[in-house]
Amino acid sequence: MQYLLLIYDNEAAVAARGEAGMAEMMTEYRAFTQSIVQGGQFKAGDALQPTATATTVRVRGGKTLTTDGPFAETREQLGGYYLIEAKDLDEATAIAARVPSAKFGSIEVRPVMVYG
Amino acid sequence: MSAGGSGSDVERVFRQEAGRVLATLIRLVGDFELAEEALQEAFAAAVAQWPISGIAASPRAWLVNVGRNKAIDRLRRQIRFRSTRRDLAAEAAIAGQAAPPDESDDAFGDDMLRLIFTCCHPALNAEAQVALTLRAVCGLTTQAVARAFLVGEETMAQRLVRAKRKIREAKIPYETPSPSTLDDRVEGVLAVVYLVFTEGYAVTCGTDLMRQDLCHEAIRLGRLLDGLLPARPAIQGLLALMLLHDARRNARATPDGDIILLEGQDRSLWDKTQIDEGSALVAQALRAPGRPSSYAVQAAIAALHARAPRHEATDWPQIVGLYEVLRRLYPSPVVELNHAVAVSMVDGPARALDLLDAVAARGWLREYHLLPAARADLLGRLGRREEAKEAYRSAIALARLEPERRLLARRLSELS
Repeated sequence: MQYLLLIYDNEAAVAARGEAGMAEMMTEYRAFTQSIVQGGQFKAGDALQPTATATTVRVRGGKTLTTDGPFAETREQLGGYYLIEAKDLDEATAIAARVPSAKFGSIEVRPVMVYG
Repeated sequence: MSAGGSGSDVERVFRQEAGRVLATLIRLVGDFELAEEALQEAFAAAVAQWPISGIAASPRAWLVNVGRNKAIDRLRRQIRFRSTRRDLAAEAAIAGQAAPPDESDDAFGDDMLRLIFTCCHPALNAEAQVALTLRAVCGLTTQAVARAFLVGEETMAQRLVRAKRKIREAKIPYETPSPSTLDDRVEGVLAVVYLVFTEGYAVTCGTDLMRQDLCHEAIRLGRLLDGLLPARPAIQGLLALMLLHDARRNARATPDGDIILLEGQDRSLWDKTQIDEGSALVAQALRAPGRPSSYAVQAAIAALHARAPRHEATDWPQIVGLYEVLRRLYPSPVVELNHAVAVSMVDGPARALDLLDAVAARGWLREYHLLPAARADLLGRLGRREEAKEAYRSAIALARLEPERRLLARRLSELS
């Protein structure tokens, strides 16, 4: 069973952690990623550029509308994701709890849809 | 097969066994909804057969076997129409379990625990946890669950469908949690059971039978858990708390539905057997080493009230002491309020009023009618009648239940 772990954190707070904080976070993320690669649960994962770089696209009445920024303004922003393999939701949430950002932001755990 | 088996006998057996049979069927067929449908079909088969042939010697095993076969039939029909990978795999999995299902009580107990932990999984919202538990574990109909929570049957059916869909699609495991998370998960289950109980207990008029039913279901769940996970102080504590509160059910209201406060209750109406059972459980729960469970301490307080032969004979100093324990281990505004009321019985109303004013000064319990109601009582005892009346008026404005408003209005008029 595959789950997508969506990592939400407050961008302003992340920026305010400073360089030392950032470096520490990176070290934690490297260790975490390595542990799920070794455990065979890692399928994919990336960090995203901040929402200041985001563009939203909609097509209405055949016309493409392009706007600056994310679709919705929220307190926490999507900052990255992992795609993992887990036997059930309990294993997936246990892995989500180990994502370094879980201590500051929140991790949304979504099962990947299976067709047929 | 035993002889006889009238419709009502079949109903009774079904009500007793539904939870356990469903629990085992879910494990065997690996799907909540498929198992529920199979259970309904097995029950329909029993309704048709048992009045003629007599109730099966082991109704539980009979229902499981018939249900399992019905589930296989159903999957085979689905395969003929849709032939999806999932259905094929499911059918192979059920049919592959060639050995007859384990019929020992232990195996049924394990399945029951799996079902309870799944229904009370923290990934489901609290409303869904309560609804699923009453429907699947207690075997209440969707209609009965809807009535208990004052929502339409359609709304409740949707809530149940959504919850079961999440169990299936997000793959909430059908398992007893690992030892490392067991304590936390038991806490979650107890919160659901206590919610069922308070939902039944909050209505004080005592005429609404469905609500009384909820108290009984909660106690039944408590007993079931105590049997499945024996000697756990939190479970013993909650079961004791519910038994001790429920023991007063016949004394808590007049036939017209007016509230009778503890001091005015006819203690001969209290259920002595239940009080003894509850008190024994409290003693066991408090003997366990380590930090006492919050439920056990609350139950110890309830036991002191329940065991006092007269209101004047209540052991208030010990009750104050137990509230001190709660304040230290499980602080909350409601504990502060109850502590202050107990203090008034030991050190007098003036000291208690200071404590209540401290609670109010922190901005706690602004919306809770029992804070001004308790203040009003203390002010009355201090002879400060005008302030007491004012406090009763605030309490009446906040009270949400009609019997509570009537009680407060009576108190107010006694001051005039």
